[in-house]
Amino acid sequence: MNDAKAGGMFLPRDREWQPNALAPDYKSSIKRSPKSKLLSFPTSLSEETSPIFGHDILGEFDHDLIVNYAKQGESAIGPRLLVHGTVRDEMGRPVPNALIEVWQANAGGRYRHKNEGYLAPLDPNFGGCGRVITADDGTYEFRTIQPGPYPWPNGPNSWRPAHIHFSIFGHGFAQRLITQMYFEGDTLIPLCPIVGALGSQDAVDILTAHLDMGRTIPMDMCAYRFDIVLRGAKQTYFENRSEGL
Amino acid sequence: MTEENERLKESPSQTAGPYVHIGCTPNFTGIATYETDLGALMKLGPVTGQEITIEGAIFDGDGAPLLDALVEIWQADANGLFNSANEMRGASDPNFSGWGRCPVDMETGEFRFETVKPGRVPWVDGSLQAPHITMWIVARGINIGLQTRIYFADEVEANLSDPILSQIDDRDRLTSLLANEDENGTHRFDVHLQGPRETVFFDI
Repeated sequence: MNDAKAGGMFLPRDREWQPNALAPDYKSSIKRSPKSKLLSFPTSLSEETSPIFGHDILGEFDHDLIVNYAKQGESAIGPRLLVHGTVRDEMGRPVPNALIEVWQANAGGRYRHKNEGYLAPLDPNFGGCGRVITADDGTYEFRTIQPGPYPWPNGPNSWRPAHIHFSIFGHGFAQRLITQMYFEGDTLIPLCPIVGALGSQDAVDILTAHLDMGRTIPMDMCAYRFDIVLRGAKQTYFENRSEGL
Repeated sequence: MTEENERLKESPSQTAGPYVHIGCTPNFTGIATYETDLGALMKLGPVTGQEITIEGAIFDGDGAPLLDALVEIWQADANGLFNSANEMRGASDPNFSGWGRCPVDMETGEFRFETVKPGRVPWVDGSLQAPHITMWIVARGINIGLQTRIYFADEVEANLSDPILSQIDDRDRLTSLLANEDENGTHRFDVHLQGPRETVFFDI
């Protein structure tokens, strides 16, 4: 590959839009934020390629956190939810075959983790992890329970709004992203210093899932819609690309 | 340009938090929902090329190792080919995944990858880059994943002509990107988030 146009496939990341490394109100960021300027370069194959995850890695209940840790015939406690959306790139193109891994606290705001110390109880039927791979049209969906908000040792009285963590792989390692989904109407959102690391209300809004009555299943579960956007590839790359991938 | 107007904004990043293991390496934290933790093995059978071990830790501004970080690496195989749908130059080693994921040890902060020495891959102008591994670090307190690269201290000539390394004038900063082989043949790559030895992080 000695064609110069093959390089720099992905649009540069908008670092003004993305959160700063240092967000002083989020105490953990103080000693963990690099001080020097990031070195910027165009993407090359090292970032334009990415591991492949086939649908064959998925187990039958990986997409269903309500039952994937539960004893036979039982299910997790909490309001039942369908979370769905579409993964697109910045150019608006759907991203198929994107692996999405999610994790969250239980309905009481307690994580199943050895470092977790919150006094709310564990739910014996809830593990808190799930994963899906987007369909050809970039859509995904999974079932879970509404996670609870919880206190955390940041300031003297800090609370996290209810949220679900998302880890996403696109088609280039340059698109690798971890983020969090919040819930429309949660009054803890504007108080949270992790949310506060975002530079604008627009950024907060993008991470806030909306109640979607159209997908709500009557007498079963409410639906929330959460769309995800990954870094975009320049048009020319796709035009020059062979088909069938 | 119309296309410019229609552009969407990338989803903003948020920290992986201290419980990233639940979602990314559930078996590591005792949740056996999946058969294995993805990325635990990079060598899936007999591999081509030099097999190497990479070890290191990530240090905060006080010099303390992070005990809750998750590290991912992505690299070419020994012939410089990627195990990716976007690899148009040929088929990569079928026994090498190219991608590794390792939660740091919760007591010591150490990470460890059993991998192969990557071959050289082209830069945007077609010239060859020095052998390197892309590294991506997430943890509590890190608002957006930190990207850096592991280069190899013994690749003196390739490093000198590398399009990225050759643009770093500060010798100390350059050294932060070089893995050094110890007497056991293990390549050591420590990451410093702050301080006089702060690692070079990239925006690529």
